[in-house]
Amino acid sequence: MSERDWPLWEVFIRAKAGLAHKHAGSLHAADAQMALENARDVYTRRGEGVSLWVVPSTAITASDPEDKEAFFEPTGDKIYRHPTFYEIPEDVKNI
Amino acid sequence: MTADTEKMTPEQQALFDYLLRLGDNAVVLSHRLGEWCGHAPVLEEDIALINVALDLLGQARSIMTYAGEVEGAGHDEDALVYRRDGFDYRNVLLVEQPNEENFAVAIVRQFLFDAWHYELQTALLQSSDARLAAIAAKSVKEVTYHLRHSSEWMVRLGDGTAESHGRVQEALDDLWRFSGELFEADAVEERMAAAGIGPHPQSLYAAWSETVDRVLAEATLSRPEDGWMQSGGRNGRHGEHLGFILAEMQFLQRAYPDARW
Repeated sequence: MSERDWPLWEVFIRAKAGLAHKHAGSLHAADAQMALENARDVYTRRGEGVSLWVVPSTAITASDPEDKEAFFEPTGDKIYRHPTFYEIPEDVKNI
Repeated sequence: MTADTEKMTPEQQALFDYLLRLGDNAVVLSHRLGEWCGHAPVLEEDIALINVALDLLGQARSIMTYAGEVEGAGHDEDALVYRRDGFDYRNVLLVEQPNEENFAVAIVRQFLFDAWHYELQTALLQSSDARLAAIAAKSVKEVTYHLRHSSEWMVRLGDGTAESHGRVQEALDDLWRFSGELFEADAVEERMAAAGIGPHPQSLYAAWSETVDRVLAEATLSRPEDGWMQSGGRNGRHGEHLGFILAEMQFLQRAYPDARW
């Protein structure tokens, strides 16, 4: 069996309870179960997380680089959308 | 090393032998798995096999350190692993069987071992020896994953293509004769069982057999007939393979004693 026969999966790791899953990388696997275990073996060897998601790479719809100006530039001059005008209590983390 | 062991009481000697059996299984199988580093069929499995190897090496370190203390002759984990001769090694023959560059062989060897190792470590949680129980508490989590990993590969290969099915069935037929040794009782095992330190080897058989049947059924593989069972490793009678393993593994400590990183 050669590697190119196996589909690509994207791996997301939750570092600890309360945080969101973050993209960690990708891998090849024959099925979802194998993808999950490969993710465990490849991406969590040093205590990186407490929860894993694997998603077939083909299930991801990505934005087109050509849409970059229309998609992202309009937010560049809207500083009032940043919550920098509020005092954040010190006890509040991970906002 | 043998001269020093005469200072131990019979109880200590039996415990020492028992610990060497546990530790040597882990060391030798870890080495066999390590041989896949850079050679596994895919990168992900390469890392997975090495994770298992490192888990086993970690278990071996804890056990060998304890064994050295029981022996009381000043041997640390390195002295016991890197400067003990083949006839003093106490691993079962199963774990020293070569990979033959055949992934099916590695998976079958691992599965037969893991299914047994899981039952052993689970039983050791109840050990009257607090040190062994503590080592088991850590090991059982690792071994649970090892068994899951090797079981799923058994199913994937067995219920895969005609070629993968054929290869894994052949490896199973070939390695089956080494499964009997796992359950053999002798004076050391009997003494450990009587003292509540370790389970009686035969008490692990039913659960092992059930795991094997369940996984083989799902993998569409046939369980080989119990025929002649090869044994002797736990008493230091090894095949030709162990010597080659030790030659490679022990070279550095033999050539440069006490070398450190």
